[in-house]
Amino acid sequence: FVPGSLKKMSIFAEVPQAPPVAVFKLTADFREDTHPQKVNLGVGAYRTDDCQPWVLPVVKKVEKMIVEDNSLNHEYLPILGLPELRSAASKVALGDDSPAIKDGRVGAVQGLGGTGALRIGAEFLRRWYNGTNNKATPVYVSAPTWENHNAVFADAGFTDVRPYHYWDGAKKGLDLTGIMDDLEKAPEHSIFVLHACAHNPTGTDPTPDEWKKIAEVMKRRSLFAFFDSAYQGFASGNLDKDAWAIRYFVSQGFELFCAQSFSKNFGLYNERVGNLTVVAQDKDNLTRVLSQMEKIVRTTWSNPPSQGARIVAITLNNPELFTEWKGNVKTMADRVLLMRDQLKAKLIALGTPGTWDHITEQIGMFSFTGLNPKQVEYMIKEKHVFLMASGRINMCGLTSKNIDYVAESIHETVSKVQ
Amino acid sequence: MSLFGEVPQATPVAVFKVTNDFKEDPNPKKVNLGVGAYRTDEGQPWVLPVVKKVEKIIVADDSLNHEYLPILGLPEFRSSASKIALGEDSPAIQENRVGAVQCLGGTGALKIGAEFLRRWYNGNNNTRTPVYVSAPTWENHNAVFVNAGFEDVRPYKYWDAEKRGLDLSGFLGDLERRKLFVFFDSAYQGFASGCLDKDAWAVRYFITQGFEMFCAQSFSKNFGLYNERVGNLTIVARDPDNLKRVLSQMEKIVRVTWSNPPSQGARLVAVTLNNPELFSEWKDNVKTMADRVLSMRASLRAKLEALETPGTWDHITQQIGMFSFTGLNPNQVEYLIKEKSIYLMASGRINMCGLTTKNIDYVAESIHESVVNVQ
Repeated sequence: FVPGSLKKMSIFAEVPQAPPVAVFKLTADFREDTHPQKVNLGVGAYRTDDCQPWVLPVVKKVEKMIVEDNSLNHEYLPILGLPELRSAASKVALGDDSPAIKDGRVGAVQGLGGTGALRIGAEFLRRWYNGTNNKATPVYVSAPTWENHNAVFADAGFTDVRPYHYWDGAKKGLDLTGIMDDLEKAPEHSIFVLHACAHNPTGTDPTPDEWKKIAEVMKRRSLFAFFDSAYQGFASGNLDKDAWAIRYFVSQGFELFCAQSFSKNFGLYNERVGNLTVVAQDKDNLTRVLSQMEKIVRTTWSNPPSQGARIVAITLNNPELFTEWKGNVKTMADRVLLMRDQLKAKLIALGTPGTWDHITEQIGMFSFTGLNPKQVEYMIKEKHVFLMASGRINMCGLTSKNIDYVAESIHETVSKVQ
Repeated sequence: MSLFGEVPQATPVAVFKVTNDFKEDPNPKKVNLGVGAYRTDEGQPWVLPVVKKVEKIIVADDSLNHEYLPILGLPEFRSSASKIALGEDSPAIQENRVGAVQCLGGTGALKIGAEFLRRWYNGNNNTRTPVYVSAPTWENHNAVFVNAGFEDVRPYKYWDAEKRGLDLSGFLGDLERRKLFVFFDSAYQGFASGCLDKDAWAVRYFITQGFEMFCAQSFSKNFGLYNERVGNLTIVARDPDNLKRVLSQMEKIVRVTWSNPPSQGARLVAVTLNNPELFSEWKDNVKTMADRVLSMRASLRAKLEALETPGTWDHITQQIGMFSFTGLNPNQVEYLIKEKSIYLMASGRINMCGLTTKNIDYVAESIHESVVNVQ
């Protein structure tokens, strides 16, 4: 009951309803579906073969260590974050024996997951890159890309966020010609957001030779490399292999940013563990950059959360735990690879129209199936298999128990719907 | 040439510089009265016993996992945190017109609120709406609102240095009697008086007067969870429909800032607030902290009066919470730091928590000396 005297117009009356984030809507719809065979191939989180979330055994172990350690307290972390996390995380990306780290020209900012790392990097670039507060510097994101990339850079103030060619729908693979063309035509100093491995949503990465070509043009044309690394280790099962592109660019002398997420490879989604690795030409430049990063962090979250950072730092800095972690990561990567093999094999065995090599050629959590919007709608409505409108599926949603149903559903869809 | 060749060195945040200087000082008698965190009578950080207990409960609970929280945060945290601010029996809550966004500490709550207001309040993207912050105020308020896009952040009169108290007429003069938006910053509920309801009186009064408003809550101090970044932006709207649209826009802002918030601290607070025994234990822990501060206030004032330190020192006990505006001027502050290794802010602000039964005599004597020797 609001007294008549107070029944004025709300100050929020003109605020429009925002549409929900697509991937979360999909999961919400999945939850409400009562069909016994429903399958969720939407949101990107790892699932076991029992279709359950998986708290990594090494994480559980380290959480117990932390709670038993009475020398720990909850005092504010430094603005840039837990030092042991920042250095260990950058080492994971760049390699233990990275010359850039030895040169003292690598620094980092602990970020709130990959999103937070991207955001701080974007804010810095808008303020200080290519002039001062140059909002017009073009920012290129792949077509397609993670649905939040565009908005993060736009919200950081960039007014010109554009797509670069990436996915070739006809051949179901990388559009290298398109990429090279966009790189040659981009205004100098443009920023390019590059997926370090396991491209989201296509699962399609450049080969090392293709990366070399990309790097050559970017160097020649002074384009800024901003890597997004959310799946290191998770893609191939091997940390070094998944970091090859980043390390190659560093060896070519690029100053670059790399937004790292430990959400997937540590299964620490909800503790928001990220790291923005900064590679500068020298220590002096690095120092000034980090000092400005501090100012940005201070007005965003002041200083970052401790729990997830501690778990990752302890694990990475302890040889036994590090080995155990790599084993846990390989477990996840291997299950995904197995599901890829099996899905492709089943579709081929069913004689499903089209080619299905891309299922095993793609890498990481996601596969761009090539299903069109009508086919996707059929899958959801008729078969209760939930996937993104783009045809993207999360391989982790597949299990030995549901893979036959999913393969048969895809077969039916492709046969009936055009 | 580096791409970063023109990037200037930023000045360090003042309060952290004070702590850094303190750390480097070799004087065995040094005292840190700078940064705002609670200290025990041994001068140590204090992990609340209830927090330690709940941390163990959480780690033993195998039904918990690390799946993403919703964008707006842990529901049990948001609702219980809003209840703390507004009261168990808040009519606004009963009318379903109160919502919340779990944020990264008080800073994060202010940030999200500011970003929303800049986009959607008083027009669309009206970056010119004046934002008033008290003179003085927490050093980060200005920058948070500026960085959210507001171009006109101004001071309102607050502190009367001569009488060492509230400049009420100045304050009211700045407010006039017009439709002004209320954005509460609540970082010390329970910590100030030791009583949660008492410390929330102002927030609750404004609601009874029909305001739609924001309240940025921090659980850094009253839970001692500084580094887990536990905050809540409570939103009071006229009705559920307006609330719903506001929260949908808040989601968009959160999504491009941190995507979804961290779980650990929110779980700790939610489990505590939602369990009657743990809630009681927490209130006791809070009272322990508040009482120690009150004890140090009484003690410091008494010692200064006993030393007959020039000036009046009532303000030490009239003021409330973690901080005291001593009234020391910059020269006197410099003397305390350089000559006595007592570290405080240039404004004369001291953190009462930095005082202990072991150092309070030294601090009182030092203040006496600086007031007597330095003008």
